[in-house]
Amino acid sequence: MSDKNNQNHTGKGKGKDIDHATGIETTGHEWDGIKELNNPMPRWWLWVFFITIIWSVWYWVVYPSWPVPGGATLGTKGYTQEGALKESQQEIFARQQVYLDKFQQASFDEILNDQELYRFAMTGGAAAFKDNCATCHGAGGAGQTGYPNLNDDDWLWGGRLSDISQTLHYGIRAGNMDTHLSQMPAFGKDKLLSREEIEAVVDHVMFISGQVKADSEHGAQIFAQQCAACHGENGQGDREFGAPNLTDKIWLYGGDRHTVYETVYNARAGVMPAWKDRLDENTIRQLTIYIHQLGGGEQDDMAMEEEAGDVREREDNAGQL
Amino acid sequence: MSLVEKHQKLERNSVILLIATTIAVLIGGVVEIIPLFRTETQIKPVGDIRPYTPLELAGQNIYVREGCHTCHSQQIRSLRDEVVRYGHYSIPAESMYDHPFLWGSKRTGPDLARVGGKYSDDWHVAHLKEPRDLVPESVMPSYSFLMKKGAKIDDLGSHLKALQSLGVPYTDEMVELAQQDAIAQATGEARTDTSGLAERYGEKVNARDFDGQPHIVSEMDALVAYLQVLGTFVDFDAIKDVEDEAP
Repeated sequence: MSDKNNQNHTGKGKGKDIDHATGIETTGHEWDGIKELNNPMPRWWLWVFFITIIWSVWYWVVYPSWPVPGGATLGTKGYTQEGALKESQQEIFARQQVYLDKFQQASFDEILNDQELYRFAMTGGAAAFKDNCATCHGAGGAGQTGYPNLNDDDWLWGGRLSDISQTLHYGIRAGNMDTHLSQMPAFGKDKLLSREEIEAVVDHVMFISGQVKADSEHGAQIFAQQCAACHGENGQGDREFGAPNLTDKIWLYGGDRHTVYETVYNARAGVMPAWKDRLDENTIRQLTIYIHQLGGGEQDDMAMEEEAGDVREREDNAGQL
Repeated sequence: MSLVEKHQKLERNSVILLIATTIAVLIGGVVEIIPLFRTETQIKPVGDIRPYTPLELAGQNIYVREGCHTCHSQQIRSLRDEVVRYGHYSIPAESMYDHPFLWGSKRTGPDLARVGGKYSDDWHVAHLKEPRDLVPESVMPSYSFLMKKGAKIDDLGSHLKALQSLGVPYTDEMVELAQQDAIAQATGEARTDTSGLAERYGEKVNARDFDGQPHIVSEMDALVAYLQVLGTFVDFDAIKDVEDEAP
């Protein structure tokens, strides 16, 4: 094929330089006696080239491409990346819809009693936990210094489904109206207690947490005056204030003498962000169930009241008080 | 094949070839470059996007200096999985006051376009000091020195002025009080009067002691202030209608 083509070519022109060995025209350029054969582009290559040109014209018509005053041509297909995203999200929503229809209506109790919904909640919750929670609470929810373990039954602000939902929605010290809020005084930094008094109260904390045998009477007095209001008379904590139980062996920042001293001196005020604007309601409900099931979930004594709306209402009332 | 003949003429005459090549390149250039002069047509209005406060700007400078953008992108693409993981996809208006923009192109670490408010200040400080304390599998270097270094805030006024000339809506008052605003923001509402700052940059400005060292404006303060505001300017619920109208 290509040979014939060449001969046609070379036959036409005059004064062409024909290579003797092959009978093919050269380009006329010469480098130290070496000449370049003027072979045409392979046919398949040319066809691909022409097709790409045709394809690009089709593309201009169908897709947004050429800049014009005031924007760009929109294309007949009306393609936008936002539109493509919406479509692909629709596809997932449609697949989830089977569960979502029931899930949105169901109370936490109903979800826990329905195998299918429960699995849906746990799978979605596990995925959302990895994306959003694991950075602080650890991949398995075991927590780390300053970030509580979610696997145990030692809760700062409550471990019922409604409590967990509330905490997820509004966070802790997260700067909104409904957030959990409490502030331990910095007894040392703000000079509420002297160093000796702090030492004494730390002695008492070491005693009630079972780390030393001897109590400090002075420390116990100070504890009763300064600490008991939130941490309870016996140091068993109070979830109303997110005040941890000091008598168990579970510590958020550390239970050794030095760390406890530091805690009393500087105070602690851990922050958890509010998630209500970041995650949609269904995801928060999935997370609530997932976290509740990690190991430490507590029974709700007010059954059927866990609906997010109820929680909000209850908190609103609390806020007014 | 007269077309082929003509093309041969083009190929064998260097001057004609040069002229033809130049024309082809120019057409390509015009198509690609002219739209850049008209970017405002591509930025959908989304209400009030405020420019960065001076302290956040100092943080952005540290972000650039330390090359954070070489491992962290700041652009959530409009892909389903990205939107699920990081939140609403980035829109042009969100980076219109970024000079330079920091979209980045590589994700050794996660995207940071919406990291603002996702973690607590304490978390950011602890994580920047020693990333592996919080994320065991992290390969991010430690930036503990940011705690000890004072942020460069004395020249923030001229920085604001430069941005002003690029079209960022800083007022002359903002330029004048830049250093003062930076100190107020890093000291926090609890310890100083931040009403001027709030008046100039809005009530939603995070004014608090970010790094736990209330008496100095450290580079840690600046960087955390910057990170905590990323992706929080647009209220996406409020602009839903604008989006739905989009073609």
